[in-house]
Amino acid sequence: MLLLGANPFFRWSYVTSQWGQIQADLVQHIELTLLAVAIGTVIAIPLAVLAWRFRIVRTPVFGVASALYIIPSLALFAVLGGVIPGGYVPPHSWFTAEVALVGYTLLILIWNTVAGLNAVPSDAREAATALGYSPTAALMRVDLPLALPYIFAGLRVATSTVIGLVTVTALIGLGGLGQQITYGFNIGYNTPIIVGLVLSIILAAIADLLWVGAQRLAVPWSRTSRRARQGS
Amino acid sequence: MSFVDRLFHWFTSSANWSGSNGIPELFWRQLELSAVVVVTALIIGGSLGVVLGHTGRGGLVAVNAANAFRAVPTLALLTLLAIQPSISLKWGGFLASWIALTALAIPPILTNTFVGMREVDADVREAAKAVGLTGAQVLRRVEAPLAAPFVMAGVRTAAIEVVATSTLAAFVSYSDLGTYVISGLDTQNTVLSVAGALLVGIMAGLVALSLGLVTRAVTPIPLRSRVGARSRAARAAAR
Repeated sequence: MLLLGANPFFRWSYVTSQWGQIQADLVQHIELTLLAVAIGTVIAIPLAVLAWRFRIVRTPVFGVASALYIIPSLALFAVLGGVIPGGYVPPHSWFTAEVALVGYTLLILIWNTVAGLNAVPSDAREAATALGYSPTAALMRVDLPLALPYIFAGLRVATSTVIGLVTVTALIGLGGLGQQITYGFNIGYNTPIIVGLVLSIILAAIADLLWVGAQRLAVPWSRTSRRARQGS
Repeated sequence: MSFVDRLFHWFTSSANWSGSNGIPELFWRQLELSAVVVVTALIIGGSLGVVLGHTGRGGLVAVNAANAFRAVPTLALLTLLAIQPSISLKWGGFLASWIALTALAIPPILTNTFVGMREVDADVREAAKAVGLTGAQVLRRVEAPLAAPFVMAGVRTAAIEVVATSTLAAFVSYSDLGTYVISGLDTQNTVLSVAGALLVGIMAGLVALSLGLVTRAVTPIPLRSRVGARSRAARAAAR
C-alpha cells in the first residue's frame, strides 16, 4: 500500500518492540474465548437436550437465546456493565464480558445440538430401546454421540464468533487483541490494528483446525460430515 | 431515583427528542447507514451468489472464503479504515462504516443465495430447459423466485447483524445510536448506555419483523407453508 511517512501500512519493528504486550493481549483473547465457549457449552447442551425432549421447554429456550443473539454486542456489554457493580472496568468487566459472550454462544450451540439430536436415525434409537437401554443411557450412548458432528459444527461457528466479538470488549477495558486495535485507532497508527486483525484471523483459523482435529478423535466413524459443516 | 425512574426520565425528557443528538435524528442515521450497507451487500453478495449458484462452479470455495471472512473483527476493519486520511474525512465517518459493515454483511447473503440457488430442484431446472427457456430465462423465471426466500433469510440475518454492529460506527465518529452507548460507557453513565442499547434493540426487532414480512411476500405462494420448515432445516444444517 502507498502509505508513506509517519504511518506506514505496517512496521515490523512495532511487533518486535511491543511483543510482550502483544503476547499478553493474545493470551487474554484466548482466555476470554475459552472461558466463553466452555461455559456456553456446559449451559447449552443440557438446555438443548431439554428443549429436544420437552416441547414446552423449546419455545422459551429458543426465545431467550434468540433475543440474546439479536442484542448488539456493544449494547449488551453496556447494559450488563451498568447492572454489574463496577462492570465497566476490569476486573469486574470480566464478568460483564463473559456473560455477554456466553449469551452469544448459546443460540448457535443450542440450535445445532437440537438439530443434531433431531437428525439421529430412528433406527438407531429403536435399536437402543430394543437392547434395553434406559432413556438416559440411550441419550448418553446413542443420541448425543450421533449428534456430535452437528455439535462440533456449532462449536466451530461459536468459537469464531466469540473470537471476533472479544475485540469489542476493549471498550470495557479488556479486549485481548482489541486492545491493539483501539490503541492503534487512538494514536492513528496502522500497525497495531493490523496486528490485532491478523492475529484474530490466525487465532480463529487455528481454533477451527483444533475443532476439526477434536472432531476426528471424538467422531472417528464419520470422517467427513459435510452436511453438518456447510456454511450458513 | 431508581434506575428505571432515571431511564424513564431520560426517555421522556424533551431535550432528548430534538436536535442533532436527539433520538429521532440518531435513530434515522443508524437506519440509513444500515440500509445502505445491506443494499450494497445484497448487490455484491447476491449477484456473486447468483452467478456461482447458477453455474454451480467455484461455489464451495466462495462459501468457505465467506465463512473465513466472519473471523475478521469489524472493529479492526472499521478503525483501520477510519484512520486513513483519504477515507476518514469522507462524510464524517460514513464511508469507513459503510465499507467495514458491508464486509460484515456480504458473507451471510452470499452463502444463503448460493445455497438457495443450489436448492432449486435439478428436475425443475431440467424441465425449464426442456420447454425451451434460455439460461437467462431459467435464472429469472425459475431459479430466482425459488431461491428468493433463502436470499431473504440471508438478508435478514445480515440486516440484524448490521443494525447491531453499526453502534460501533459511533466509535469512529459517525454519530448514530451508538453515540449514546459509547458516551455512556466513557462517562460511566449507565442510563445513557442502556437507553442507547434499548433503542438499538428496538430497531433490530423492527427490522427483523419487517424483513420477515418481506420474505413472506417474495415467497412463491405454493411454497409458503413449506419453505419456513425447509429453510429452517437448511439453516440448522448450515450451522
